Amino acid sequence: MFPSDLTTILPELVLASYGLAALMWAVFSNTQKTGTALVWLTSIFLVGLSLWIGLATTGTKQAFGGAFVDDGFSRFAKVVIALSSAVVLLLSRDYLDRERILKFEFPILVVFAVLGMMVMVSAHGLMVLYMGIELQSLSLYVLAAFHRNHSKSTEAGLKYFVLGALSSGLLLYGASLTYGFSGTTLMSGISEAISDGETSVGLLFGLAFLIVGLAFKVSAAPFHMWAPDVYEGAPTPVTLFLATAPKVAAMILFARLLMEAFGPVADDWQLIVGGIAFVSMFLGSIAAIGQIDIKRLMAYSSIAHMGYALMGIASGTEKGFQAMLIYMVIYTIMNLGTFAFILSMRKGGRPVSDIYSLGMYSKQAPVQAFSLLLLMFSLAGIVPLVGFFAKLYVFLAVIEVGMYWLALGGAIASVIGAYYYLRLVYFMYFGEDGESLDDNMTRTSQITLVLSGVFVIVGVANLFGIIDISQAATGMLFN
Amino acid sequence: MIGLEHYLVVAAALFVTGVFGIFLNRKNVIIILMSIELILLAVNINLVSFSVYLQDLVGQVFAMFVLTVAAAEAAIGLAILVCFFRNRKSISVDDVSLLKG
Repeated sequence: MFPSDLTTILPELVLASYGLAALMWAVFSNTQKTGTALVWLTSIFLVGLSLWIGLATTGTKQAFGGAFVDDGFSRFAKVVIALSSAVVLLLSRDYLDRERILKFEFPILVVFAVLGMMVMVSAHGLMVLYMGIELQSLSLYVLAAFHRNHSKSTEAGLKYFVLGALSSGLLLYGASLTYGFSGTTLMSGISEAISDGETSVGLLFGLAFLIVGLAFKVSAAPFHMWAPDVYEGAPTPVTLFLATAPKVAAMILFARLLMEAFGPVADDWQLIVGGIAFVSMFLGSIAAIGQIDIKRLMAYSSIAHMGYALMGIASGTEKGFQAMLIYMVIYTIMNLGTFAFILSMRKGGRPVSDIYSLGMYSKQAPVQAFSLLLLMFSLAGIVPLVGFFAKLYVFLAVIEVGMYWLALGGAIASVIGAYYYLRLVYFMYFGEDGESLDDNMTRTSQITLVLSGVFVIVGVANLFGIIDISQAATGMLFN
Repeated sequence: MIGLEHYLVVAAALFVTGVFGIFLNRKNVIIILMSIELILLAVNINLVSFSVYLQDLVGQVFAMFVLTVAAAEAAIGLAILVCFFRNRKSISVDDVSLLKG
């Protein structure tokens, strides 16, 4: 039994060994080049790992008495997480180098965060769930404070730590109540204990605390307060990382916990999750209007997007979960493209992040400006681009189960949200012609920006097969 | 006779104290770290008392994991706080205010 457990978690074991070996090597051979070398090595390793996970394994395997599961749903998430983290590393290199914080700890912390996320998406028991979340969060707290001589970065790290630890505490309290009132920490056991559709008050409290804790992790309103501050204060590559892979992992975990542990009492959580989604969409769209810092603006944008993705979970159907997966993939790609641009925003060699500095960017770099325009239109959900179809799928999923208020709210919120995306486009094409941004975009950033711009148009044809893959992945969760 | 309920009430009281400690305290970030520890300890009391009540070892194993993670969390929290102190020469909660929308 034990050897088969180890084969099931082989990808995680390999990643953990790589992280530890890289750490040892970097500590003993610490030179100027170590950081750069590790960034390249780690991103190549992560791409290889995602190919291995995506292509080599099939079927559903459980390990450690059912506390860990390797199925299509988790593999889908692992591939997205590893690939997006590899892109994040490649995009970060130049920024970190210029800010003189390209230390070897950066790629290693990213590796451990990715490991935590891979454990999260495979968690099939409350204990593994908690260990995964903590491994990911602890790495992210340090990353947020990575620019340690910079007051804003350390403050962001401190805020993220305090609120993250609080949310872990809430989640854990929920886990302890769930354990006490169902008698087990395994998700399959919990759903057996409530298979008659009846829950005790204690279990309901446990469920509520678990939902609150996870809502913190995905930064859904009203538990979003940390997101704008941390996004603004953290170094931009870390902001990019926070906005992509951890969101995917937490969302997948959310879906799996609600479906596999609390599936029989779906009526109890559908309204709560729907309510959180509703508030997030409106708060994200309205609060972003007054922002002038583009990183803060992207934080509110991600709060709103988490609302749309949670809509898919609120539907509680296979179609809804598939819509959530598609939404998260599209959201990740759009964010990678947008941040590839934000990372290169500089004036006189110093990074800037206020949106007025975009003035007339289209004259200076037409191709980049047009790609960013496409990404903004797609984030806003304007018709022929993939961002629109991502929203359409979640709307269809909630309409199918009769939650019309949620779909209607989502439509109104996306109209409000379009204002601030279009305002960025306005600055780029019709803004004031002030001091222009430095022309220093690296090749990697250019390629990422233009490719994601191409993706939001060409992806409309068939989303590059994501629909079929995500369908197969959710099918495994529901059977 | 002391039963499960008593332990749960103690744990709930500790938990609420911890949560309020984070939000009401305006003085010192160290107090926030202590409140976080309090929350985790409340969870541990919950887990251990459930474990005894259910005659099931899993709860105690879970409590050991929580203890370990709590130690790591405190170490990272203090490390970040030290960096913060070096930059700002203060650990007052009111000084954690550079980032405001």
